[in-house]
Amino acid sequence: MPAAVESEEIRRDCGPLDPARRALLKAGGAGAFLFAFHVPVDMAAGKASRPPFAPNAFIRITPSGEVTLIMPQVEMGQGIYTAHSMMLAEELDAAWDSVSVQAAPPDPALYANPVLTVQATGNSNSVRAFWLPLRRAAAASRAMLIGAAARRWRVDPTACTTDNGEVIHSGSGRRLSYGALVDAASRETPPQNPSLKSPSQFKLIGRPVKRLDTPDKVNGKAQFGIDMMPSGVKFATLAACPVFGGKVGRVDADAAQRIPGVRQVIVLEDLVAVVADHFWAAKQGLAALDITWDEGPNATVDSALIEDRLREASERHGLVARNVGDVDKALANAKPHEARFQLPFLAHTPMEPMNCTVQVTPDSCEVWVGSQVCARTQQAAARLTGLPLEKVTVHNQLLGGGFGRRLETDATEKAVRIAQKVDGPVKVVYTREEDVQHDLYRPMYYDRIAAVLKDGRIDAWHYRVTGSSVVARWLAPAYTGNHDIDFDEVDSAIDLPYDIPNFRVEVVREEPPAVPTGFWRGVGPNNNVFAAECFVDELAVTAGKDPVAFRRAMLDKTPRLQHALDVVAQKAGWGSPLPVRTGRGVCCQVSFASFIATVVEAEVDTSGEVHLRRVTSAVDTGTVVNPDTVVAQLQGGLIFGLTAALYGEITIEKGRVQQSNFNDYRMLRIDQAPRIDVHLIESGEPPGGIGETGTTAGPPALRNAIYAATGIALRRLPIDRDVLAGRKAPWRS
Amino acid sequence: MITLRINGLDRSVEAPSDMPLLWVLRDLLGLTGTKFGCGIAQCGACTVHVDGQPVRSCMFPVGSVGGRAVTTVEAVGATPEGARVQKAWLELEVVQCGYCQSGQIMSAAALLAATPNPDDSDIDAAMAGNICRCGTYVRIRDAIKRAASYEQAGTVPTSGPAHAGSR
Repeated sequence: MPAAVESEEIRRDCGPLDPARRALLKAGGAGAFLFAFHVPVDMAAGKASRPPFAPNAFIRITPSGEVTLIMPQVEMGQGIYTAHSMMLAEELDAAWDSVSVQAAPPDPALYANPVLTVQATGNSNSVRAFWLPLRRAAAASRAMLIGAAARRWRVDPTACTTDNGEVIHSGSGRRLSYGALVDAASRETPPQNPSLKSPSQFKLIGRPVKRLDTPDKVNGKAQFGIDMMPSGVKFATLAACPVFGGKVGRVDADAAQRIPGVRQVIVLEDLVAVVADHFWAAKQGLAALDITWDEGPNATVDSALIEDRLREASERHGLVARNVGDVDKALANAKPHEARFQLPFLAHTPMEPMNCTVQVTPDSCEVWVGSQVCARTQQAAARLTGLPLEKVTVHNQLLGGGFGRRLETDATEKAVRIAQKVDGPVKVVYTREEDVQHDLYRPMYYDRIAAVLKDGRIDAWHYRVTGSSVVARWLAPAYTGNHDIDFDEVDSAIDLPYDIPNFRVEVVREEPPAVPTGFWRGVGPNNNVFAAECFVDELAVTAGKDPVAFRRAMLDKTPRLQHALDVVAQKAGWGSPLPVRTGRGVCCQVSFASFIATVVEAEVDTSGEVHLRRVTSAVDTGTVVNPDTVVAQLQGGLIFGLTAALYGEITIEKGRVQQSNFNDYRMLRIDQAPRIDVHLIESGEPPGGIGETGTTAGPPALRNAIYAATGIALRRLPIDRDVLAGRKAPWRS
Repeated sequence: MITLRINGLDRSVEAPSDMPLLWVLRDLLGLTGTKFGCGIAQCGACTVHVDGQPVRSCMFPVGSVGGRAVTTVEAVGATPEGARVQKAWLELEVVQCGYCQSGQIMSAAALLAATPNPDDSDIDAAMAGNICRCGTYVRIRDAIKRAASYEQAGTVPTSGPAHAGSR
């Protein structure tokens, strides 16, 4: 177990604890220690008076040999604290038992994601993006420790090795612990190009290592943003205008202020908040408010209007994201097969509702939150309070699910604005209803495909995606979206793995009226893999081919995916007999630099209900850091995608979201969860991304299973039971 | 003033009797292991035991607890079933973000207390009220079976060297 930090330090960070928590922290032996998830970096040296060895932004070693690894990426369930620690400890040759982890503070100069260019955790790239930088940082540190030991022993550094937190002189067998070398190593010059271990030398990478964050997640000790309790904290909940973009008109707070425990009603331009002694009083107070909203111009927007605009926009020529061969000629010379697909708005609904705890004073702002973008959180708080950045402290916490929702700072901004009106710290917690109705939604997409078959293969493919550009907003001004191709919107579309001689992908940016859009687990590939893989299945049927064989024949130039397809077909029993109304569907894709093939087996009963029987995935994701975590991410990602396919849809009426909570925005539950088998294919290639890969694979594989079971080609999600029961014709547009 | 017996200790709180137990635990007593997920008993994140029975504390008025014993995730490890569940959860690496897992563990421990060797349909019935957005259901099912398989019930430390990273 990595070394822990005493609970005293946790108290110093989080403010005084109430007696109940203090008693808990003191309870029993090892239980009295916690991981240092939220101890600020300046405490990395613990109580040592001598400074630690701090060779770079990621590594601190104290004179007593404790190794603290600073995590540039946030932990939201994907296991990155463990994977990044393994990468660092591997090249450092640290004793795994001596390792503890800390969240990085906001500091993009040190901790920006090399791929995203901002300090953000997303796009399934935490291992990929930091694969070389973290290992190089650790290897350089190791070289400095060796250099210090060699100097002390007056031997050649090349005669020294390291193991388990010690430098060893091979000839004499002398050993020095890293802790004993802290001062001397600090005087060494870091090498520019430290040599990295070869995979055959790995002791941690590639082995199933127990996660660092889980022990405290099974006993109630792990702290998420919503669990923050700074001394004197008050509790608030809020209501923004239910119509997007609307304002507060008039508020009668008399009844609310009579509720015991209600302290304050705060009316801002676009929202109303109630501050109280506990969340229950705040919620009761909010319900008791008589609010008249100024709904504004969006009060007539509904889903039908948004769909119409999207369809009309899809008639336009888009920006050409990729063009190969002569698509126009190929389509003109044969009768093309055509289809259109549509995907709905989706909410994220992480299990931890949106929340943020803030204390604003005239010369400081302190923020406690679980965020995928802690530097942007700091910047937003500084902008709103007018304070310089260094006066804004962000204590980033474990995230109770991210899924892209916590790549946004909207909830933090609301909390800061509320906190500016409150004396002392205030914890702002969304009700689940507010969380569902004031999200930034996965965009609605409309996709048109035209294709030509020749000799049993796809000869021409013309794909046009129409939808909101999240990148244009999120990475503005770097991307305008109007003139630049949104790389995410065409991801897994321009790099369709099949060998197609005439190929064009276009993108039309069309922002929906009123509805804000954001990244949602699986991002662009969710849409593109769905449309493409559903249509490829239809083309296979048109060509009279087996869906696996049809795909396989076009994958000669993508052998890693072809192999994954072979593995999954064999493991899933592709082609073996099935009961009536039961089918298998396949999905085959390259997403997030991973090569994955998936088979879903599902039954459609006569009432139109879909029963998931079994899911099998085979994935080549390159070098694997922690194999069990990769399997877990695929299992969970598949469930996340299948949930959306079966139930997910946010609809708009009168400018507002119609869904409100898990009763009408349904989640897949354990009694519907299928058996899931994941097969990892060994590979020496660099690591691929895995957090979102399964999410993108589930829906098309399920839809193709339904197609096989019923012959009904669904082209819109979520799955419509009325169509499957024969009560309604399939959606076509 | 309401007096409650929580995790073996008597606790007195000033709270209206219709206040859900969840908010008494979290906001008045600082027992934040029990989580808020939906507020309408749809997700199970807030599950605690009242006299050993699993209840959704987000809709359970504190005034109706009476003299019954409340157990939360912070103390469930002291029960034989809770300890077995926590051990199995760590052995099979069930947890991802972890936010729903307090509720999952409380539901699973109550299931094992009532049904020591649950089959799949028992697990479905007992656990379908608990949503996991990370999708850990496959491992939850396996871990409940694993916990049921432990011959010896006993207190198992839930953090400490026993669960150190393996090499």
